[in-house]
Amino acid sequence: MSDRILGGLGLLLTVFFIWQATLIKESFISDPVGPKVFPIIIGVLVGLSSLAIFLKPDEEPEWPEFSRLFEVGLTIAVMIAYAYALPTAGFVVSTAVAAAYLSWRLGTPPLKAVMAGAAIAIGIYVIFHLILGLSLARGPWGF
Amino acid sequence: MDTLNALAHGFSIALTFQNLGLALIGCFLGTIIGALPGLGPSNGVAILIPLAFTLGLPATPALILLTSVYYGAMYGGRISSILLNIPGDEPALMTTLDGYPMAKKGMAGEALALSGIASFVGAFFATWGLVFLAPQLVKVALLFGPAEYFALFALAFATLGGIASRNQAKAALAAGLGLGIAMIGVDGQTGVPRFTFGEVHLYDGIDFLVAIVGLFALSEVFIFLEHRGTTKATGDASGIKLGRLTPPLSMLKQTAPTMARSTVLGFIAGVLPGAGASLGSFIAYSVEKRLVDKNKTFGTGDPRGLAAPEAGNNAAAGGALVPMLALGVPGSGTTAVLLAMLLALNITPGPLLFTNNPDVVWGLIAALFIGNVMLLIMNIPMVGLFVRVLLVPPRYLMPAVAMISFVGIYGISGSTFDLMVMVGFGVLGWLLRKLEVPLVPVILGVLLGNQMEANMRRAMTISDGEWSALFASPLSIGLWLFAFFGFILPIIAGRFFRSKLPRTDSEADPD
Repeated sequence: MSDRILGGLGLLLTVFFIWQATLIKESFISDPVGPKVFPIIIGVLVGLSSLAIFLKPDEEPEWPEFSRLFEVGLTIAVMIAYAYALPTAGFVVSTAVAAAYLSWRLGTPPLKAVMAGAAIAIGIYVIFHLILGLSLARGPWGF
Repeated sequence: MDTLNALAHGFSIALTFQNLGLALIGCFLGTIIGALPGLGPSNGVAILIPLAFTLGLPATPALILLTSVYYGAMYGGRISSILLNIPGDEPALMTTLDGYPMAKKGMAGEALALSGIASFVGAFFATWGLVFLAPQLVKVALLFGPAEYFALFALAFATLGGIASRNQAKAALAAGLGLGIAMIGVDGQTGVPRFTFGEVHLYDGIDFLVAIVGLFALSEVFIFLEHRGTTKATGDASGIKLGRLTPPLSMLKQTAPTMARSTVLGFIAGVLPGAGASLGSFIAYSVEKRLVDKNKTFGTGDPRGLAAPEAGNNAAAGGALVPMLALGVPGSGTTAVLLAMLLALNITPGPLLFTNNPDVVWGLIAALFIGNVMLLIMNIPMVGLFVRVLLVPPRYLMPAVAMISFVGIYGISGSTFDLMVMVGFGVLGWLLRKLEVPLVPVILGVLLGNQMEANMRRAMTISDGEWSALFASPLSIGLWLFAFFGFILPIIAGRFFRSKLPRTDSEADPD
């Protein structure tokens, strides 16, 4: 079933991609082929392979139970929040929080996870910023 | 003799204090990365490229550092295979077959040392192969015009999909996805934006580094999150005694012919587009098993069964560099990552690289030799230290991996948008791995898409829109035929062959 969904999504993507390709505005100077043709060829390739996957699916992969999927979803949310927090809260604070969350969800007891998060954040800060001179996100406190 | 002179020049570049230091750091880091659960050559190098890039290292030192990491990771991958029966990456899978039984018999130290020597032999002679074969291939490649290059790119995708994957349709889908992603951004020839949906951040296209780190490194974090609490990918090495750290001479003598044969086979497998190190170790093991396994000792801790895949996989890693450097077309996941590294340093591999940037090429090749010797010296006495690294639990390691990935990408552009795209690629990579869609064609598509299109359009401009020009020269017809059969034959005949490869579910490191 998963492969049929993949094939179906691939076909939808093909239609969307080729439709978008036909919408590309041509410039007044152009080579004989133009900017539309290659994307359309790719679209056809994706379409054909999606059709093949749809018609001849592999055996079902092992999907995790719902709670695990929810957890993966939550982690994605945390990573997105982290990306937004970086410029405002600064590197060390946001990294410590995000790394602690990840470590906790991977099975570390909460208190140890907080310590691990802080250690990871400070470790990266020391190695990459202080020693190697990489510029990291600066927060209101300068780190 | 030209070649040897060039190589000597390469050594004069690589043998500076700074470069030797970088090679040493690279080898050390690489071995640790290879030994760590869930990290292998592809994702290890993927995380480090943006860092090397933002640190502002010049091209040659950066290359030396990263290729040392690559070779080191190939060495390190064997440690967890032998001690824990967990392959750190796909090529190391065959190493578990005889390596783990040897460790269980109390010969862990010998097994580690022997595999280190086998790795050295494979990599050392494959680097010599690279020295002599690559310039020859360059001579052929200089005859290539845009039409031939277009055919060559098609060939790379076709054989990668045909030989190296189980489901050709999925490989084709993956290649299409990658190529489609490469189309995003302003068209290089006419200057019109494509697939940008008015988003200014997309005008420059999607940075391949963002795609690679997301697909390879971040998806690994999701895999671990999914399998938390199960025993998968965690192990216990505490019960294993290392024993003596040098193999007896008789064992070396016994395995020498095996190493020689496996090196040759592995190198050939590596040079072929689309095959890569996994196939190298697989072929080497199967051939040795057929040739010398008279007493049915393979699989029960036979040293030859350990030496064969290790020599094979390291020889293949060297062989895979031949098409990557000479043609600019990588044949495997790790070489695709190395190509990304070259492109990030503003170096375009291919025949012109050898004439325009001989310093880079020969410095790199010299660095491979140096790295190899360093790895051998480092690995035998220090293996105890690397073993301890295995015990780092993923629950501390994976958050660090994720955060370093973020640091690297943020360092390139300082933009939150790129981090979002990277998370998106991480999720995509996780889903594709669950569905057994190979990731390497996606990366290859993202890397090569624009060049492939440019070559096609250049050929069309020369022929003034005549499509038959793509199939006009004998060279391009040959490449197209090779591409066609490389894709079609495995579907018909290869089912049988490929199905014998052991399956790995969502393998740690796609090579």
